[in-house]
Amino acid sequence: MATAPNKIATKQGSQQGFIYLPLIAGWLVPGAGHFLLRKWGRGALLAVSITGMFVLGVLMHGKIYTGAQDVLDMLGMAGDLGNGLLFFVARVLGVGADQVQVTTADYGTKFIVVAGLLNVIAAVDAHNLRTGRKS
Amino acid sequence: MFQPSHFVAVVLFALFASTVFGITMRETPRRMIRYGIYCFVLFVGSAILLSWVMFLIAR
Repeated sequence: MATAPNKIATKQGSQQGFIYLPLIAGWLVPGAGHFLLRKWGRGALLAVSITGMFVLGVLMHGKIYTGAQDVLDMLGMAGDLGNGLLFFVARVLGVGADQVQVTTADYGTKFIVVAGLLNVIAAVDAHNLRTGRKS
Repeated sequence: MFQPSHFVAVVLFALFASTVFGITMRETPRRMIRYGIYCFVLFVGSAILLSWVMFLIAR
């Protein structure tokens, strides 16, 4: 059992380093922010959920936004950017459809956008854990 | 190409979104699980309910 001085020392130790690292890591790689904070179970579940949603969206031939011609495209692009490296890798590999032609591709587009938004929530959660706002 | 039915797509969407909501919105594992299940039921339940409403309107 940790004594009071030990707890303070442990807390001070965990507060060292770049405070935004879990936020940035969590955005770039789903779950990485939680892994950095040694929240292995939470990180694994987040990684599987967000990456799984993104991959299923791509498998459904969902659209990956490459530019913003109007407001809706801009919002879709903002959502897609939330996926971090997954988005950039998908762009480089040229996966995803340019045009939505079947119903499932429309579902896929939404899966990809929502995966990005969920990843942003997960990254902010990692930041809150890092700052001590959440335990 | 993965071509799920509308219902399977709803269930998959609800599963992934509920998992993230549960982990990020609550602090203890027990409350995370409860909140995740609550979100999942609301996602799927509201989709089924709205489907029936639209079906009855369209008749």
